Amino acid sequence: MTVRKLREWCIERVIFMSGITSIVIVILIFIFLLKEGLAILGHVGIFQFLFGANWYPISDPPQFGAFPLILGSVLVTLGAAAISVPLGVASALYIAEIAPKKTKEILKAGIELLAAIPSVVIGFIGMVTLGPVIKLIFGLPTGLTALTGSITLAFMAMPTIVSIAEDAITAVPRQYREAAAAMGATTWQTTWRVIAYAARPGMLAAVMLGIGRVIGETMAVMMVTGNAALIPHSILQPVRTLTATIAAEMGETVQGGDHYAALFAIGIVLFVITFAINGVAELYLHRTTRR
Amino acid sequence: MSTHIAVRDLCLYYGRNCVLKDLSLEIQRNEIFTIIGPANSGKSSFLQTLNRLNELHAEFRKTGSVTLGAEDIDTIDVEQLRARVGIVFALPFPLPLSIFDNITYGPRMHGIRQKTQMTDLVERSLREAYLWDEVKDRLHHPAMNLSGGQQQRLCIARVLAGQPEVILFDEPTSGLDPISTARVEETMMVLRGRYTIVLVTNNVAQAARVGTRTAFFLMGEMVEVGDTKDVFTRPSDSRTDEYVTGKFG
Amino acid sequence: MNVRTQQRIAVGFLFFCTVLVVLPVLVILGIITYKGFSALSFEFIFGMPKSGMNAGGIFPALLGTIYLVTGAILFAVPLGVLSAIYLVEYSRDNAISRLIKLAIVNLAGVPSVVYGLFGLGVFVVFLGFGVSILSGSLTLGIMILPVIITASREALESVPQSFRIVSLSLGASRWQTIRHAVLPHALPGILTGTILGLGRAAGETAPILFTVAAFYLPRLPESVFDQTMALPYHLYVISTQVPGIREDFRFGTALVLLLLVLILNFAAIILRYRFRKKKRW
Repeated sequence: MTVRKLREWCIERVIFMSGITSIVIVILIFIFLLKEGLAILGHVGIFQFLFGANWYPISDPPQFGAFPLILGSVLVTLGAAAISVPLGVASALYIAEIAPKKTKEILKAGIELLAAIPSVVIGFIGMVTLGPVIKLIFGLPTGLTALTGSITLAFMAMPTIVSIAEDAITAVPRQYREAAAAMGATTWQTTWRVIAYAARPGMLAAVMLGIGRVIGETMAVMMVTGNAALIPHSILQPVRTLTATIAAEMGETVQGGDHYAALFAIGIVLFVITFAINGVAELYLHRTTRR
Repeated sequence: MSTHIAVRDLCLYYGRNCVLKDLSLEIQRNEIFTIIGPANSGKSSFLQTLNRLNELHAEFRKTGSVTLGAEDIDTIDVEQLRARVGIVFALPFPLPLSIFDNITYGPRMHGIRQKTQMTDLVERSLREAYLWDEVKDRLHHPAMNLSGGQQQRLCIARVLAGQPEVILFDEPTSGLDPISTARVEETMMVLRGRYTIVLVTNNVAQAARVGTRTAFFLMGEMVEVGDTKDVFTRPSDSRTDEYVTGKFG
Repeated sequence: MNVRTQQRIAVGFLFFCTVLVVLPVLVILGIITYKGFSALSFEFIFGMPKSGMNAGGIFPALLGTIYLVTGAILFAVPLGVLSAIYLVEYSRDNAISRLIKLAIVNLAGVPSVVYGLFGLGVFVVFLGFGVSILSGSLTLGIMILPVIITASREALESVPQSFRIVSLSLGASRWQTIRHAVLPHALPGILTGTILGLGRAAGETAPILFTVAAFYLPRLPESVFDQTMALPYHLYVISTQVPGIREDFRFGTALVLLLLVLILNFAAIILRYRFRKKKRW
C-alpha cells in the first residue's frame, strides 16, 4: 500500500513539474536573452540602440543603431497587414457565412494547406516568382523589396487571420442571424451589419495574432526583402527586418562579442513585442468566447 | 442487527451553500436503507459522501463524522474505502471496454492479475447481478453494445466484483424503462441480506417495494426515518405524508 | 442601389477575396511540382551531394531533418502530454493554471528566430552541447511544445467526465484513472497533435540556424553531438547562398521538403477523421 502511495506521489510531482515547464521556459527565454543582450544596451544606451540611424556592426568602430531594422519590420508588417486584414476578414466571412458546406470544407482545407507550407519554401517561391514580377512591373533594379516581403508575409498571416476570425464569426449566436432574417435583411446585410459587428473582438484578436506572426516571421522575409539595413524611403526599396538581421548575421559573430550581444538585444525587442501582442489578443479572444 | 454506518452531526457544503444540515442516522448491516425526497433535498450529496466521491468537487466541505464499522471514513485510505463502498450511478456508465474488462477494472486496479482468478470473479459477479445468462457468450464484446438495462446490471456486477461491504445506488433506474427497472429491482432484492444497500430514489413506490427502512429528506434536512412500512402507512410528519401520497415533489 | 444587386456584388466580392487567398496555395504547389518533379530520382533522394551541391543528392539533409524531428518529438511529446495532464486532470482553475495557459499562448507566439537565439544561449553555449543535433532537437522540441500541449489538452478534455468518476468510484487512484480510463481514449487526439508538431518541426529553419545546421557536410552525422545538414536549411543555402545551383535541384529540394511536410499533415487529418468516425460516446 505504501509503495503504491509513494509511486502516486512521485508521479504527481513529475506531472506538476511538467505542468509548469511552459512558465519556466518563458522565464528562461527572457533571462537568457537579457543575459546575452543586456551588455550592449549598457554600452550603447537603450535610446541610441532603438533610434540610432546606423547599423554598421562590422565597421570600425561598429555602430549599433537598430532603427533601420525596426523601420524595416514596421514597413513590411504594415504592408502585409494592409493586404491580409481585408482579404482575410472577407474570406473568413465568406467561408463562415456564405459558402455552401462542401465549398467550405475545400476552402478550409486550402487554408490549412497554406499553414502547413514551411516558410523557407514560401520564401523560395516568393523569391523566384514574385520578385521578378515586381521588378518588371515597377521597373526596379531588384525585385526583392519591402513590397515583395509584404505580399509574401500577407499570405503567411492568412491562415491565422482566417481561421481565428472564422471561429469568432461561427461563435456568434444563431438568434442574431434569425432575428436579422426575420426583419427581412438579406444575407449580405446580416453578415455585414450584424455578424461582423458582433464578432468584432474575435476578429480583432485574429488580426493581432496574424500581425504577431508577420513580425516574427524570419526565413521567408529574409529571402524576399533584399536585406539592406538602411532606412527605407519607399516600399519599393530593399529593407531588412529585425528577424532577418538576427538570422543573417549571427553566423558571422564572435560569441560574447558586441555584435553577438546586439543580435540578442534585437531578440529582446522581438520577444517583448510579440509577448505584448499575444497577451492583448488573448484578452480579446476571451471576450468573445465568454459571451 | 448491528450498526454498519453511523452518521453524526453531518453537514455538507458546496462553497457557502449548505446542502445538508445536522444529519445523524444509523444504517444497519445488510439492510436496504432507502432515502426518498424531492430534487435538491441533499440525498445524492449524502450518498456520495459515504465513499467520499464528493471530494472531487473543488468547493465541497463537510463537518461531522461518518463511521464505517468502527473506523471513521476519513481515516480509511480513500481508494480502499471506494472499493469497500461501491456505487451504482443514475445512468449506466460502462467504460468503453469489453464486458470482461469492465468487471475486472476495480480488482485490476487493486493489483489482481491472475487470469483464472479474474475469470471466476467475472462469472460470480455476473451471476449475482443476473446478467450471466445474457452475456456469457460475448464477454469480450464491447460493453457499450448492451441495452440500457443490461448496462446498468453490468455496472452492478462491476461493483460486486470489488467485493464491497456497502453498495450505494444513486437513483439507479431513473434512466430505464419499466421492464429494465423491474430487473434491476429484482437484482437488488437478491442482494439484500448479503450487502448493506443504501438506495437513493425519487421513485417513491420503488422505495416502498424494496426498502427495509426509509428516510425522507427535504431541503437538506431529514424529516423522518423509520421502518419502510411505517413511513409509508403512518408517517409521523405531515410533510412525509404529503410527499409519499404525491401531494408535492 | 437595389438591395438584391448590392447583395450580389457583395457576395461576389467576398468570393473573389477568398479565391485570392486560396489560389496562391495551388499556384505554389503547382510550380514546385512542375519544376521540381524532373529532379526526383533515387540518387537525388538517397545520394550524397557532389561537386559543390550541383550534382548527386540531398540524403544528408533529409536524414538530418529526420534525426532532428525525432529528437524534438522524443523531448516534446512526454513533456507536452504530462503538462496537458497537469492542466486537465490535476490543476484547478487557479492562478498557476491561468499562468501556465498564458505562458503557452505566448510560447506559441514567440518568433522562431528567438527560439534559435534561446537554443544558442542555453544549449550550445551555457550547457555546452555545442552546435549539435542535441541542441537543435531540444530547440525544435521547445518550439513545438505549445502545439503538443494544446492538442493533448483538447484530446484529454474530450474524454467524458463519467469515465473518470466511474474509475475513481471503483477505487482506482488518480494516476490509475488517468492511465487506464482517460489516456487510452485521448491517444488518437494526442497522436494527431504529435504528427502536426512533426510537420512543423520538419519545416522550420530559423531555430536550427545557429544550433545545429551545417552548410555542407560530406559525411553523415555519427552522434548527437555532431552537426548535420537539414532539408529546410539546405533549401535556403542552395537558393540564396550558393550561386549557380541547377534550377531543378532547387525546386526538387523544395518539393521533397513540401512532400515530407504535407504527408505528415495528411496523415494527421486522416487519423483525426477516422477517429471521429469510430468514436462511440
